[in-house]
Amino acid sequence: MQIHKTQALIIGGGATGTGIARDLALRGVACILVERRDISAGASGSNHGLLHSGARYVLNDAMTSMECREESLLLKALAPHCVEDTGGMFVAIEGDDASYIAEFPNLCAICGIPVEAIDPKAAKELEPELSDRVIAAYLTPDASVDPFKLSLENISHARKLGATLLCHHQVLGFEMEKGRICRVRLIHTESGEEVFIEADQVINASGAWTAEIAALAGISIPMVYSQGSLLVTSDRITQRVINRLHPPGDGDILVPGGTVSLLGTTSVQIDAPDHAHPSIPEIDRIVDQASLMIPMLEFARYIRAYSGVRPLIGSHTEDGGRSESRGFAVLDHEKDGLVNFVTIAGGKLTTYRLMAEKGADLVCQRLGVSSPCLTRTQPLPDSPECQWSEPGLSPKLWFRAHNVGDMLLCECEMVPQSVVEGVISVIQEQNMKPDLKSISLRSRIGKGPCQGAFCSLRVSTYLHDRDARYSDRNLTCISDFLRERWKGLRPVLWGGQLMQAELQEALQCGLLNLELHAKELTRNDSNYFL
Amino acid sequence: MTQIISCDLAVIGAGLTGMAASMFAANRGIKTVQVGVTGEIIFASGFLDILGIHPISEKKPWLDPWAGMRELIQDCPDHPYSRLTPEEIQSAIEEYLSFVKDFGVPHYWEKTHNIEMMTPQGTLKLTGCVPQTMKNAVLALREKPPGLIVDIKGLKGFSSHQIVDNLKETWPDIRSASIAFPDSTHLGEIYPEYMARSLEAGISRKKLAAIILPHVKNAKIVGIPAIMGIHRSLEVQADMGSLIGARIFEIPTLPPSVPGLRLKEMFEEALPEKGVQQFLQQRVTAVLPELDNCFMLNIAGGNTQEQKIRCKGILLATGRFFGKGLTADRKRIRESLFDLPVFQPVSRSNWYRMDFLDPKGHPIHQAGLEIDDNFRPVSASGIPAFSNLFAAGSILAHQDWIRQKCGSGLAIATAYGAVSSFIKLGF
Repeated sequence: MQIHKTQALIIGGGATGTGIARDLALRGVACILVERRDISAGASGSNHGLLHSGARYVLNDAMTSMECREESLLLKALAPHCVEDTGGMFVAIEGDDASYIAEFPNLCAICGIPVEAIDPKAAKELEPELSDRVIAAYLTPDASVDPFKLSLENISHARKLGATLLCHHQVLGFEMEKGRICRVRLIHTESGEEVFIEADQVINASGAWTAEIAALAGISIPMVYSQGSLLVTSDRITQRVINRLHPPGDGDILVPGGTVSLLGTTSVQIDAPDHAHPSIPEIDRIVDQASLMIPMLEFARYIRAYSGVRPLIGSHTEDGGRSESRGFAVLDHEKDGLVNFVTIAGGKLTTYRLMAEKGADLVCQRLGVSSPCLTRTQPLPDSPECQWSEPGLSPKLWFRAHNVGDMLLCECEMVPQSVVEGVISVIQEQNMKPDLKSISLRSRIGKGPCQGAFCSLRVSTYLHDRDARYSDRNLTCISDFLRERWKGLRPVLWGGQLMQAELQEALQCGLLNLELHAKELTRNDSNYFL
Repeated sequence: MTQIISCDLAVIGAGLTGMAASMFAANRGIKTVQVGVTGEIIFASGFLDILGIHPISEKKPWLDPWAGMRELIQDCPDHPYSRLTPEEIQSAIEEYLSFVKDFGVPHYWEKTHNIEMMTPQGTLKLTGCVPQTMKNAVLALREKPPGLIVDIKGLKGFSSHQIVDNLKETWPDIRSASIAFPDSTHLGEIYPEYMARSLEAGISRKKLAAIILPHVKNAKIVGIPAIMGIHRSLEVQADMGSLIGARIFEIPTLPPSVPGLRLKEMFEEALPEKGVQQFLQQRVTAVLPELDNCFMLNIAGGNTQEQKIRCKGILLATGRFFGKGLTADRKRIRESLFDLPVFQPVSRSNWYRMDFLDPKGHPIHQAGLEIDDNFRPVSASGIPAFSNLFAAGSILAHQDWIRQKCGSGLAIATAYGAVSSFIKLGF
């Protein structure tokens, strides 16, 4: 039986949890971060990657809008390697509400967000794919952010400062005594081993799973699970973040992400966060709506779809959670009778740093640590091991190095074996077993048009050759990986991507008999969904 | 003025179905033109599947494909196989095998049995026939003599260690070795086609054998990736075997692979020799039915001028989505050339199941052209869309060639059926 002792235990390896780990580590607080799956496995890895200027929320949520404004400026300055400062554009098309269009610059001014009106002709010159039916356009300071890199950099820095990361560790329960959580019971999901952690402070930063973790401590938190689905195009469509200038709805944001664009989002209330998956009607709504703004989106090739769950605190609503506040909350559970437990939930990716700061402030106050928050002034380090999630970086370096022996294992995204090798050593250093899933999370493997059809086999062969302990007997890892990719592939199977899927099945099932070797999915499998 | 080419039968498609159809037509003295883009055929692994699994939801394997076929025909009366008898299908495959043997790509089969062969990942698969160059592997999997599997540095997705680890349980006395292909250290990544062409020269074989030889030791049989020549693979195999002093066999590599390339190059040589006029790397740009019940095709491609073909009948062998015979938008599936009615699930939500590996298979694979007993696509009312339009291969509805492991058999059998009908109906 393993028992770890620490000052602060953070539950959840998303942007908030990794942000808190870094914040606390910078203040000299010893901490352990536990994550049920892997870094960014929840909403932090399945969002738009939009660094909000705040303009989207000026009408309904001025508070969030102002927080976004301030935090996006901080991130641009302190984590420039995670941000592409694309600029943003809000456009209205024929039929959009004229009064909202007229009011927009005033609302932005109230929140302190600089906007510049440009005429539709100029807008089309800047972004040629825009519809001819654009009637109003404003330039805004929106940008895109690599959410994977952001969390990886935060945890990497925290670890350099002494924090511990335990992935694939699921919290099973809390042992409570005299109004304190004295011990947390976990299971290492890969080995099945029980692990105990004794911490002075316990921080629940589990995003969509906030209520489930709180319930283990007997605390009820009302949550709305709002699923947002997005699409990835095979090419980058616009230079800027494009927002439709109307009250937020489906399919009204297009965010560039390196060599691709991300189109979303829906807002559908679901009953449990584990059930999130993009549905075909959602995808159709997004494409139908977005094509009004950018007509070529009707004919674009989409390589995948994905869903994230917005962890919104509140009660159930009629509009799938669209109108719930995007603000965040720090819940001090002292009022619930637990003096060393705190929950940080809600919020946006853009405001993750502020959420971490507020949470860490409370924890430090309870611990009697007086050092101030440093994340507002200290730049986020740019560490080489966190760079491989960036689209287009790997081919650039591969061409530059011109090392003929360095073979490309993923040909779509041009990921050579040297990158896979680097990623494997990071994974091993984090005490995990390198497999297709963990490698793909930290690189571009499987993220191109073939969605893993070929590279899954090449990487699995490479892993085997490298170390037979990573043997993938009966192709189990490949099955898991392809099943996980399938959730995102299935809703975009038409046109070119459907041809790709047919080739994939002909190879993986037709030739390799993958379906005959694979175990049938059960309800407990992470790839099982309704 | 554009010259008009006249023929009896125009075969559209250059995958296995189109090649087989052209062959059957040429063997029967039909004046045949073939148009299509070759691409899909080089994805062939070399395995010739006839029928491996039925019903797919039970993952039930069949050692005897003909017994499996009789059950399949009974359970799925709409399956394209049910338009023929197992005897007809068998004779179609025999005719195909004899043709490819005559032109230098012999196969090994046991007629009454499916055979077990290893995949590039070292898993085992039941298939109908394999290229002759893989025969020794089939026998070795039964006899299990001391064996050696060799991989080549720089050839991606092929690891002898992985293959050996997967095979070891059933074939304990087997080892692996990793070697560098002769004169290739400057290349880094190395492609099967390059190695296959190189091995057609005796000097390359000597060099390769010298590199493999020290690893052979007690091994009686040696498996290497499928690289033993393009046109003279048996000669290459025999020479390599005697040079290393052991039997040798090929294992398919990930596609596109050499066995597919061999088929492509063989057909491109053999069919014109048999009198088929081929227009490969060209596409049909328009089809016009003429008043006298003939079709006029416009074809074009690359930098060539548009040409016209007049034919008495068309055999559509354009494949499914990857072959572009079918196309899908968000709303529905269409047949690309004639916009023929396509049997399909009611909406996109029903095309694919939630689990990629769902044992029931994906309903979209059952989509395709429905045909009459003469392999003619039928209209919504069930009558042939055209009296002289035939279809064969994977474009046909009510089959799942991937999961049923019947791709090549389906291509050859339905090509045979369509050509036979063309003759029977007097065109």
